[in-house]
Parts: sequence; C-alpha cells; structure tokens
Amino acid sequence: MESIIYLIPIAFFVAAIGLGAFIWTVKSKQYEDPKGAANRILIEDDDKPLL
Amino acid sequence: MDDRGCPSGLEIAEPISNAADPRAFVKTQADGGYSLELLVRGAKCAGCLGRIEGAVRSIEGIEVSRLNLSNGRFTAEWHKKDLEPRQIVQNIVDLGYGAMPFQSQTADAQKDKDARELLLAMTVAGVASMFVMMFSEPIWIANKYGEMGTGTRTLFHWLSALIALPAGAYSGRPFFKSAWAALSKGHANMDVPISLAIILTAFLSLYATANRGQHAFFDAIVMLEFFLLIGRYLDHKLRQRSRIAAQELLALQAVTAQRLNADGTTTSVAVGNIETGDTLIILPGDRFPVDGIVLDGTTQGDFSMITGETAPVLIGEGFEVRAGVLNISGRVTYKATKRSDDSFLSEIARLIEAGEQSKSKYVRLADKAASAYVPVVHGAALITFVGWLLVGAGFEKAIWNACSVLIITCPCALGLAVPAVQVVASGRLFKSGILVKAGDALERLANVTNVVFDKTGVLTLGQPHLVNQSEISPSDLANAALLARASRHPLARAIARLAGPGKSVKSANEVPGFGIEGEIEGKKARMGRAEWVGAKIDEQSETELWFKLGDENPICFKFEDTLRKDTPKTIKALKDMGFEVEILSGDRKAAVEKAAIEAGIENYRAELSPFDKAARLDELKAQGKNALMVGDGLNDAPSLAKAYVSIAPAAAADASQSASDLVFQGDELGAVLEAIKVGKLAKARVLENFYFSAAYNLITVPIAILGHITPQFAAIAMSTSSIIVSLNALRLYKAKK
Repeated sequence: MESIIYLIPIAFFVAAIGLGAFIWTVKSKQYEDPKGAANRILIEDDDKPLL
Repeated sequence: MDDRGCPSGLEIAEPISNAADPRAFVKTQADGGYSLELLVRGAKCAGCLGRIEGAVRSIEGIEVSRLNLSNGRFTAEWHKKDLEPRQIVQNIVDLGYGAMPFQSQTADAQKDKDARELLLAMTVAGVASMFVMMFSEPIWIANKYGEMGTGTRTLFHWLSALIALPAGAYSGRPFFKSAWAALSKGHANMDVPISLAIILTAFLSLYATANRGQHAFFDAIVMLEFFLLIGRYLDHKLRQRSRIAAQELLALQAVTAQRLNADGTTTSVAVGNIETGDTLIILPGDRFPVDGIVLDGTTQGDFSMITGETAPVLIGEGFEVRAGVLNISGRVTYKATKRSDDSFLSEIARLIEAGEQSKSKYVRLADKAASAYVPVVHGAALITFVGWLLVGAGFEKAIWNACSVLIITCPCALGLAVPAVQVVASGRLFKSGILVKAGDALERLANVTNVVFDKTGVLTLGQPHLVNQSEISPSDLANAALLARASRHPLARAIARLAGPGKSVKSANEVPGFGIEGEIEGKKARMGRAEWVGAKIDEQSETELWFKLGDENPICFKFEDTLRKDTPKTIKALKDMGFEVEILSGDRKAAVEKAAIEAGIENYRAELSPFDKAARLDELKAQGKNALMVGDGLNDAPSLAKAYVSIAPAAAADASQSASDLVFQGDELGAVLEAIKVGKLAKARVLENFYFSAAYNLITVPIAILGHITPQFAAIAMSTSSIIVSLNALRLYKAKK
C-alpha cells in the first residue's frame, strides 16, 4: 500500500497537465473555427520546414 | 485543390459596386492600430481560404489577414495610416466572393464567451469524474469484500473531496447562476433541484467523511454535472448557428449612400443619417436605401425582393421608389422622402421583430416537461425526508435518503433527451442540405397543419429560364452572351449564366427600358425589346429578349420562370399527408394562376402586399391552424417571422433567411417534405426519451425513497439512462426516409 503515496501525486500531476493543456486550447480560441483549421493544413503557400 | 462549389471556380460574379463604405466600420485598437471585420460569403474550401487571405495580405501594410471558415468572419489588422479599407473589400470581391463590412456586437462576444465557459465546465466535470472514480471504485469493491481499512477508505474519501468539491463548484456555476436567477424572481426551474442536489450531496458527503462514514457521494456530484453539461453545450452550439445567420441581416442593413451636396460634391453617409430632402445618387447594382422620388435619370428597378414580381419595372423622373429596390441599369439621382427608420425596409424589420416575439412565446417541450417535473421531484424528496422522520429514523438518515431521491431523479436523461435528438436531427437534415437555425423549430415542424407557399423563387426557381434553347444556335448564344455579360437585366443574366463565364464586349451602352448595344467583331449588336432591335411583332412580351447582330435576322430568346422540377410531386405528397396547401403571392394574378394550376394547388391569392401576407397568417393562427410558411423574398420576411414555423431557400433575401427557422439548399422543393418528416420523427424520439426517463424514475424513485440506493447503483443507473437516451436519438439518423 505504500506505493499509493507516490502513485496518487503522480496521477494528480498527469491529470493536471492534461486538463491544463485543454484549458489552454480553449482560452486561446482554438475551437472557434474547426472548419478553417481542417482546411488550413492544405494550404502550402508559406509552408517552411521547422528546422 | 478542389474548387468545386466555390464562386471563383464556377459562378459568374455580379458586377458588384459595394454600397457600404468600409471606412465607417474600421475600429481603432488600443495600440494605435486599425482593424476591420468583414462578413465573407461563398468561401467553402482551403482554396477559397488561401486566395482570400492571400489577396488581402498582398496589400502593403496589412499585418493580420484571417478568415474564419466556420462562420465566414474575416478580420484584417494594420497600422499604416493611409491604407484604404475599401481596397480590402475590393480585393475579396474581385475574387468573386461577397464581402460586407460588419460591426460585431458586444452581446455576441458574450455568447462566444459563454460557449467557451460551458465547454471548460464540461471538460473539468468530465476529467474530475474520471479521477474521482479512481478512488470510489476501490471503495465500492472494498465495501463489498471488506478488504479496506477505515483509514484508507477515509483517505480516499478526502482525496475524492479534494477533486470533486473545487471541480463541482466550478462546473456547477451554470446551474447555480440560473437557479439563483429563477429563485430571485420567485419561481423555480429545472436548475433548482439540480443545484439543491449538488449542494446537499456535497455537505452530507463532507459530514460523512469527517465522521469516517462508509458512504460518500463525491463522484455523483461531478458525474451529474458532466452529463447535464453535455446537453447544455449541444443546445448552445445549435443556437450559435442561428445567431450567425441573424448577423448577416445586420450587415446588409449597415450600408452607406452617396449624398449629393448643394455645391456639387458628394459625401458618403450612413443610411441611418439620411434626412428627408437629401439628394442621393444611386449607381447601377445598388439598392435604394430609403423611400423617395426620382429627380433625374432613367433606369429599371428589380422589385422581386419587395413584391415578388419578376419583370423589371421602368423607373423615370417622378417615380416613387421604395427602399430595397435594386437599381439595374442606369445612374439616377433621387430625393429622400422618408428617413431610414420610416422607410419600407424598416417597416418590414419591425414586422419581423414583432413576429419573432410572438414566436418566442412558444413553450418548448423540454420546458413543459421541466415545469411538470420540478414540483414532483421536490415533493418526492420532501415526502422521503418527512416520512423517514415519522417512522423514527434519525435526522441524518432521513436527509440522506431525501438526498438520494434528488440525485437519482436528477434529470440527466431528461436534460439530454431534447438536445441529443435535435443535434442528430439537424445533422441528418444538414446532410440533405437543410440548415436548422432554431432547435425548437423541429418540434414546431411536427405540429404543422397548413403549408403556405410563396410563388416566385419557391414553387418556381425564381430565375428566368430559357425555354426555346433548341431554336437557338450555339454561336448565336455565344454572341448574345458577349453582350449579356455586360448587363444586370435579369433576362440578360440568365443568358450569361447559360453561356458560362467568358468575355464581354468592351464598350457596351445600356439604354434603360430598351436594351443594350455594343460591337461584336466590328458589327453593331443590339439586345433588348423587339422594336429596339428592329424586329416586327404584334405584341411585346416582358419575358422575351431580342438579339440582332449586324444585318442578320433578329433572334428571339423566350424565358419563363419555370416550376421547380419536383414541385407538383411535393405538393401532391403534402396533400396526401393531410396538409392544407395554399399560395400567397405578390405577383400578378395571371402568373400566379398559371403556377397554381401547374403545381396542383387550388387555393391561391395574388397581388398581396407583405402586410396582406402577414395578415393571412394571423388569420390562420386565429383559426387555431399551425402554418408552415415557405418564402424567399423580402416581402415574405414578415410572414416568415409570423408563421408558426418557416423555411426559406438558400437563394432567398438575407432578411428572409434570418427570419425563417430553416434554410434549404439546392433546387428541390422536396426539402420541405423531408424537413417535416424529420421534424415528426424527432418529436417521436423526444417523446420516447421522455417516457423512458419517466419509466426510469418510476422504478428508481421508490427504491430511493425506501433508502435502498447504493452509490454503485446510482452511478450505473444514471450513466445507462443517459446512454440509452443518446442511442435512441442516434436511431433518427438511420430512420428510413
């Protein structure tokens, strides 16, 4: 049972990261234009490799 | 890239001169920059997106150029002071898309914020319920097999509380707010028992945990909120779509006009600032913004939006025009006799508003269910509490059992019953090209008894259609199209549409009321009325267009506004289903009679004003009939708003689309039939879901009252009922047509 001392905080931490990431996507308005986002990947004009 | 269905690829753009001056819509940002919002129509694919954003970005000084493909809003931002905003609009219009400056409303920004908050609340509740489950599962199992010590169990309860209480408080805000608003006005809504259950459960679970008790219901709090919030979010999304359509109407009205000053200069004024007595210049392609009298110039007016009459009307000096008439061919100056607020368009707008208010009095099924449900739930919980006290149980046990009644009856299934069905039904209709703007429209569709049609653009295609194409050689058509492309006359546009995109003559001269002339391959060409091109006939018809090239014989193009292909079939099907069908039209009697006979409708009224149409709908309402209105013109807008439920084709006037509950695309009137069928199916599913929820409560409530509900049972029963309701809604998608 000692393991839960470590496991529970880890579980909290992992869930917090996931939730935090989701809140960030909502706050930065990433769900305002789902149709646009789906189509934007097809535009090649100024597509540069990242590295 | 696939360009099908995009204006730049196929359609011929109208020669637009945009009446709205975008300068009036530019906003100054906090950092000294400028921004402009436009409503872009016709953008559908990645190609459109790239072209539109690229075209604006190519203007020097533009920093942000972004189109939201989901709602058609375009935003441009820049810092350069001398940048001409009209250029932004022009660049988009040049690509063949419609672009209108647009002022976003603060109320809308608030609604967008509400949607984001609902989404956040829903996710927080979902994540929290999964997390709490991680602690409550072991407790349930341990309670059964007795392998967990009191210490571990209490630790797990405290950990559940640590997650469920803050998450529950956060995600519960939509319910608390609404419950409080209702209570402070002295009545109760469905959120009152929900809030009560959440708060009571939280306190009792805390109390049990503090006393190292066996049961705590922390998982129930967040799970309840999660299921209820799914329903709320779906409902909100559905309403958001209808708001976007309403914004387009506002954009249409927010235009400017050119005022001629005493010293001969012109200034652009917002339509709202036009005073009576102002002299205005109207160019071809613009609409007359207010009622007035023509001072100078001749042109033809397109009255189809106002009266439904298809043939253009000659407008000359002294003619009294109404706001909303489209100037087809010539430049005119005219004197405003009314302000914008008193003009025809505003009268229509007021009628629409009045109609919408009467419509909002409709009590939605869900609200009806809620008003019956709330007192029953409260009553049952109170009886449980008092009953347990009377039989001698302690205060704690009595309130626990009352609380489990509140939890088990919590309308998860009821909350999902309507939105789930409406979302699936709208999805199915969307696939057949029908856009549902208001969720409750589906409910109202199911109760329709009468179907009222407008003629032009509804029973008919609304566009003149060449009927003697077989008598015309392709080369003649191609030559005629060269001239036709330079004109805005409806018949000329029909030829241009038929011939497809191509060149037009370099210098064309349009003579209002007669026709258009120009030069084709060095030869003089004329198109227009018979006597103007030199053809000898007995009687001139408004639906004929003559074309003469050089010395050749004049050719006659005959047009008709033909019925939609499936109109007679649809009318017959509607009659077979027992609906009373009638026509209300603003067009001439002969034209209406002909269409009525072809379509197979016995009841028709012609030459009606928009107000007559609205009055007829009031009459039907007074007789206790529920009328479905199908209309497209601006003259139908008040009736569309007044009708019990209304449908407009996608080619309809913007105001009519905003005023109606559903919009259908494509050339088939059968969409009306499909909408009614889906409406009936949807209502059947909603009722099934209600019955199921009622049955579920009938079984579980007695068990809860008797105090036998365990946490496991509550959790499983709640989720299964919600899932069953959602699955039942999905059945609608597959139901046969």
